[in-house]
Amino acid sequence: MSATSRYATPTAPRRARRAVALGPGLAVLGAVLVLVAFLSVTMGSRSLGLWEVLRALGSLDDDGSITSTVTLEMRVPRTLLGILVGAALGVAGAVLQGVTRNPLADAGIMGINSGAAACVVFAITVLGVRGVGVYIWFAFAGAIGALVLVYAIASMGREGATPLKLALAGAAVTAGLASVTTGIVMTNVDALNELRFWQVGSLAGRYRPILTGVAPFMLAGLAVSMFFGRALNGLALGEDMARGLGQHVTRTRAAAFAVVAVLAGAATAACGPIVFVGLVVPHLARFICGPDYRWILPYSMLLAPIVLLLADVLGRVAVAPDELQVGVVLGVLGAPAFVAIVRYARLSEV
Amino acid sequence: MTALLATPKTGAATALRGTRRHRLARSLTVTGALALAVAALFVLTMMVGSFRLSATEVVASVLYLRDDPSVDFVVRGLRLPTAASALTVGLALGASGTIFQQLLRNPLASPDFVGITSGAGLAAVGGIVLLRIGGLAVSGLALGGAIVAALLMYLLAWRGGVSGYRFILIGIGMAVFFDGLIGYVLTKAQLFEARQAMHWLTGSVGQASTAELRLLTGALIVLLPAALLLQRPLRALELGDDAARALGTRTELSRAGLLAVAVVLVSLAVAVAGPIAFVALVAGPVANRLLGPATGGILAAALVGAALLLTADLVAVHLLPTPLPTGVVTGAVGAPYLLWLLATTNRQGAGG
Repeated sequence: MSATSRYATPTAPRRARRAVALGPGLAVLGAVLVLVAFLSVTMGSRSLGLWEVLRALGSLDDDGSITSTVTLEMRVPRTLLGILVGAALGVAGAVLQGVTRNPLADAGIMGINSGAAACVVFAITVLGVRGVGVYIWFAFAGAIGALVLVYAIASMGREGATPLKLALAGAAVTAGLASVTTGIVMTNVDALNELRFWQVGSLAGRYRPILTGVAPFMLAGLAVSMFFGRALNGLALGEDMARGLGQHVTRTRAAAFAVVAVLAGAATAACGPIVFVGLVVPHLARFICGPDYRWILPYSMLLAPIVLLLADVLGRVAVAPDELQVGVVLGVLGAPAFVAIVRYARLSEV
Repeated sequence: MTALLATPKTGAATALRGTRRHRLARSLTVTGALALAVAALFVLTMMVGSFRLSATEVVASVLYLRDDPSVDFVVRGLRLPTAASALTVGLALGASGTIFQQLLRNPLASPDFVGITSGAGLAAVGGIVLLRIGGLAVSGLALGGAIVAALLMYLLAWRGGVSGYRFILIGIGMAVFFDGLIGYVLTKAQLFEARQAMHWLTGSVGQASTAELRLLTGALIVLLPAALLLQRPLRALELGDDAARALGTRTELSRAGLLAVAVVLVSLAVAVAGPIAFVALVAGPVANRLLGPATGGILAAALVGAALLLTADLVAVHLLPTPLPTGVVTGAVGAPYLLWLLATTNRQGAGG
C-alpha cells in the first residue's frame, strides 16, 4: 500500500490541479452551449425577438401565429436535434478513437454512414418505401448492422478485436457497402434522387417526429458513455497493461462498440453523415484536456453541439433566405481553424 | 575479424539466419506469384470482350511479333490502353498507399483519407463545374491539386521536422476542408456538370489518354525502383524517429524522399483515372497478410493494387449487366478479400 501511494504522490496534485481548471471549464462550455442554442432559436431567415420567442415558449402550444409556429415547430426541434446529434457524434467519435487507438477513426470510416446509406437504398429500391420519417429506421438498422459486422469480423482469430483489425475491418466494410450503394444508385436514377437528400448531412427539415423518434436512444447512449472514461484510459495504455490493471478488455471493447452503434447510428439516421463533428471535435477536446478520457468524453459532449449549432446558424444567416449545409460550413470554416490549432498547439496523441 | 566473431555460430545466430532466409524466401515467392497473377490478369482483360481472342494472339500482338491488322486493331487500339491504365494506376496506387501507411504508421492513413485525393478532386471538380473544361485539362488540374495539397500539408505539418501524428491531423483537416468545398461546388452546379463531376469523382480506368498514360508509365519506371531503394530507411522509420536515427538513417531526408515518391505516384494515378477509391487503402494490408513475416514489401503492395484494379475492371466491364465506372467496383472486389484475410490470419500485421 505504501509503495503505491509513494508512486501516486507526484501525479495526485497535478490531477487535482487539472480538475480545478477543467471542472469550471466544463461549466463555461455549458453556458456557451445555452447561448448558442438561444442564437439558434432566434436567428435565421426570419429573425425573432427575445420576447416573441419567450412568449411562444411560455404558452407552449401553437396559437396559430407565425412566430409561434416557427419557434415551436421548426426552430426549437431543430436546435434540440442539433444539440443531441452533435453530442452523440462527438462522444461516439471520442469513444471510437479511444477503442481503436487511431486518430483517423470515426463513425464514417467504421462503416456507419455507408451501412445507413446502403439500408436506405435497399428500402427505396426493393421495398419501395418513401419519406424521411421511414428512412431513419432503415438508416438506424443499417448503421448498427454495419458496426456489428465490423466488430464480428475484427474479433475473429486468436487475439480478438485489436485496434489494427478494428480499423481495417471498418475501412473494408465501408468500402464494400459504399461500392454496392454507388453501384445501385448509378443505375437507378430514382434511388439517387432520394438518397441525395438524405445524404447531404443537414439539420434542415428534421422536425418533431424525427426528434422524438431518435432522442431516447441518444440520451440513453450519452448517459452510458460517460462511464467509459476509466476503461478507455486503460485501453490507451495497451491491451496487456489494461488487462494487468484488472480490466476485461474484450467486454470493454464490445460495450464501447454497442454504445457507439446506438449513438452514431441514431445521429446519422436523423441527420445523414456529418463528418467533421465525430472526427475533429474529439481532437479539439484532447487539446484542451490532455489524454484523460474522463475529461475528453464530457468535453466532446459539450463542444460538439456548440460547433454544430454555430455552423448551422452561420449557414442559415450567411446566405439567407437560402441555406448552406452544415457540412459545407464546418468544412470551409471549421477545418482551417482546426489546422491552425494542430499547427500551433502541443499535441497529446491518442 | 576477431577470433570471437569467427567462432562457429551460436544457436541464436543460426536461428536468426534461418528466420531471415525464411523471410526472404517467403517474400520472393509471394512477390513472384503476385507478378504472375498480374501478368495473367493483364492478358486476360485483353482476351475477353465481344471479339474473343486467344492468349497467344494477344501476347503476339502486344509484343509486335505477328502482323494481323484486325487483331492488332482490337488489342493495341482498343483494349491495351484500358488494360495498361488499370495496370499502371493499380501499381502506382498500391505503392503510394503502402508508403503512406508505413510512413505515418497508421493502417488508415492512405492518400484517400489524408486529403491528397480530396485536393485533386476539388481542383478537378472546380475545373469541370466553374471553368467547364474536360479531358486532358481536368487531369492536369487534378495533378496540380494533388501536388499543391500535399505541399501545403507538408509545410503546415513542418515544425522543426514532420511528425507523423501532426501530419495525420493536418491531413484530416485538409480532407474535411476540400470535401466541404467539393460539396459546395456540386450543390451550385448545373445538373449536367454535376453529373460529369460525379462521374469523374468515381474514377474509371477506361478514360485515359495516351499522353497521360505515357507520363504515368515513365514515372513508374523511375519511381518504383526509387521506392524499392528507399524501402530500407522506411523500415527504420517505422521503428520511430529515434530508433531510425540510431540505425544511421537520415530521418527527415528519407521521409521527404518517400513522401515525394508517394505523392507523385498517387497524383499521376488520380490524374489518369480519377480518385479510384480504396485501392491505395486495401493494397498494403492485403500484401502484408500475404507476405506473413516479411511485411512491408512495396513491390508486393503495388502488385496487389494492380491485380485488384485489373479484376475490378474485368468485373465492371464484363460481369455486370450494365457497365459501371471501375471506381464503383473496387470496393466490392477488394473489401471481401481483405475481410476474409482479416478473419483467417491469426496475427497482427505491420503498421498498427
